[in-house]
Order: sequence, then C-alpha cells, then structure tokens
Amino acid sequence: MRTRESTLWTWHLIAGAAILVLLGIHMFIMHLGDFFGIVQGDVLGWASVIERSKEVAFVVIYVLLLGAALYHGLYGLRTIIFELNIPERAERVISVLFVLGGVALFIIGVYGTFVAYSYVAPAVGV
Amino acid sequence: MQDSGFRTNRLGLMGWVSGGRYGVERYAYTLHRLTGLAILAYFLLHIFVSSSRALGEQTWARVMGYLSSPAFKVGEFLVYLAFAYHALNGIRLVLTELGFFLGTPRQPLFPYSNCVKKQRPVLVVVMVVAAVIVIIGGVDFLRTFSGE
Repeated sequence: MRTRESTLWTWHLIAGAAILVLLGIHMFIMHLGDFFGIVQGDVLGWASVIERSKEVAFVVIYVLLLGAALYHGLYGLRTIIFELNIPERAERVISVLFVLGGVALFIIGVYGTFVAYSYVAPAVGV
Repeated sequence: MQDSGFRTNRLGLMGWVSGGRYGVERYAYTLHRLTGLAILAYFLLHIFVSSSRALGEQTWARVMGYLSSPAFKVGEFLVYLAFAYHALNGIRLVLTELGFFLGTPRQPLFPYSNCVKKQRPVLVVVMVVAAVIVIIGGVDFLRTFSGE
C-alpha cells in the first residue's frame, strides 16, 4: 500500500538520480568546459554566462536542476528534522514552511534564468 | 513519525555518532547526511548568486569579484568534495534501498552469513570512483589557483 510518505520518498530518489545527471553536466561545463574547448574564455565571465543563458538547452537543464535539487535537499532536511521526535503539529508547520520556501526559491531561480535568457546587450554608441 | 508521544528515536543526533555496533557503512551514511546538509546550505546561497546575473553585468562582476577570494575558492572545492562523496554514496544507498547487493535472506544457521561481504565491495568501488572524480576536479581547481 503506497502512502503519501513513501511517494514523497520515491520522488526523493528520482530527484537524486536527476541531479546526478544534470549536476554532472553542470559540473563538467563549469570545471572542465574550457579544458575541453566547450567554453571559450572565462567560464564565469559575463560574456560566457550570457552565452550559456541564451541556450534553450541550458535553460531547460538549469530549471530542471533547480527543481530537483530544491526538492531533494529540502525533503532530506525535513527527514532529518522529523527523526528528532518533534510534535505532530511542528511536523505540519515545517512541511508547509519548506513547501513555501522551496516554491519561493524556485521562482527566484527561474526568474533569474528567464531574465538572463531574454537579455539584450546594450547598444554600443558609434 | 511520532505516534501517541512514543519516542521512536531516543538517541537523537547522537545516534549519528554512536548507538551500538556501527560499521563503516553506518558512518558512511552519517557522512552522507553531513555532506547533504553542507551542499544544501551552499545551494541556497548559490541560487541568489546565480540569479544576480539578472541584475546586469555590473552586479554580476561585483558579485564575482567578492567571490574570487582564495577562501571562497577553497570553500568551493570543499563543496565539490562533498558533492562527489554524496553523489557516489547516494548511488550505493539507492542500490541498497532497492535490495541490491544484500544477498538472499536465509535462516541464521552456522556458518552465519551477512550482507557486509556483499556490501563492502560496493562501498569500496563507489569511494574509488569518488576519489577519481575529486582528482579530476582538483586539477581544475589547481589551474584556477595558478591563474591559468
């Protein structure tokens, strides 16, 4: 019989597997991208950051990674806290706070991603 | 979860350190939780740092300038270490949770068997892979420090 908690835990594992792939790509790009010629110049330089931000593939990777990492991390922290025998009411409060906090952080991250995607370089005066 | 006030975890956080005959795998799990907490703390800050690119080039340059100090670079490498360990040990935990590398259940008859003989090689393999990942990433961090 599947319970709500077992479903949440299953998604925790699925998010972990997704992070393994997506964060692996992100780490490879950020730390070995210039070594393998995938990234030109400073990987944290403005031009390089904007170039990646305007690629649809990176937008998709970043949004998925953000969602998966927020869920995986906050669910893990929730599990650790719940193990400490806190009252049932506190469990409900923590669950609500983590959902609200996670959604807020997700919105902030997605907003930043889409603003960068829509970035138009300022015109250079002649 | 708590049920009718009955405490299901009497050791609390001390249970992460000691609570009986803990083996290597138990401490690997404790380290998994600690690295997870460290990664979560870093990640929450990382969301705000990365989102600062939405505020323009000058803000981004200012933030990157602040984070370019050696202390932050060392901290970043520590987060990378935590990621490598947490990811590889996580693979092992998922395999364990799904019942792999545990052996078939059998009656406790002499000569006794346990799953440690099957689990320990898995732990060794994932730690070796994690070490390789750390070394590869360490090369990049050293290049950063040397200014390449």
